[in-house]
Amino acid sequence: MTASAVVFYIFAAITVGSAAVVVLARSLIYSAFALLFTFFGVAGLYVLLGADFLAASQLLIYVGGILVLLLFGVMLTHKIYELDLRSEVTQFLPGFLIAVGLVMSLLFAIARTQWKVGPGRAPLPTTRDIGLQFMGPWLLPFEASSVLLLVALIGAAMIVRRRPGA
Amino acid sequence: MIGIQHYLVVSALLFVLGILGVLTRRNAVNVLMGIELILNSANLNLVAFSRYGAGNLQGQLFAVFVIVIAASEVAVALAIILTLYRLRRTPNLDEADVLKG
Repeated sequence: MTASAVVFYIFAAITVGSAAVVVLARSLIYSAFALLFTFFGVAGLYVLLGADFLAASQLLIYVGGILVLLLFGVMLTHKIYELDLRSEVTQFLPGFLIAVGLVMSLLFAIARTQWKVGPGRAPLPTTRDIGLQFMGPWLLPFEASSVLLLVALIGAAMIVRRRPGA
Repeated sequence: MIGIQHYLVVSALLFVLGILGVLTRRNAVNVLMGIELILNSANLNLVAFSRYGAGNLQGQLFAVFVIVIAASEVAVALAIILTLYRLRRTPNLDEADVLKG
């Protein structure tokens, strides 16, 4: 087994194991911190796939932004002195059965399909190429997504605003 | 040799765990974490196909867009959850039944 295979299995184990903790932990805080490790594991897999820019933005945006937002959500929707931030599980059996059926069919499909593997991309630095693509052929989606971000942030601020007399 | 199937299996497991979280948790913030797992698994697929497929960067470009969508989705969803908490004093989704006849 080569070194990169060992690293892959370590990152895959971190990712899937902590994702399982996210889903199954009793406490919300445990879930949030396990989510941190899931994001780190996915960033490591991105590095193995040669996506250096995506790995960095995964760490910056998911860990630095989204996870902090989720922790704010946890803190703001519980009374802070309630130490025990329980999150109950509901309809576990049907959900579990659906998940098992789904994973079985997905694994079956992955194993049975003849994946057309192309020439592949050598793991070169990608940041410059991604920037050129965004400023060239992908300019319109790029601008549209920036407008979408602006609309989403203004909308979020409008939704949580306290209306006078409401 | 690590091939594309390995990444697809990891991504499938992440996706199913996210589905399980969305289906079985009552807390809205926890459901949101499940959605984040699903988006991450989709991203992993895109990057893996970008690496092993035709050899261009389009999968990674799509993954950047997915990250943007995820960020705005979390912001709006948390705003809705906070409003729900202010109205009903609960973060649990099954107690948000104002519209139920």
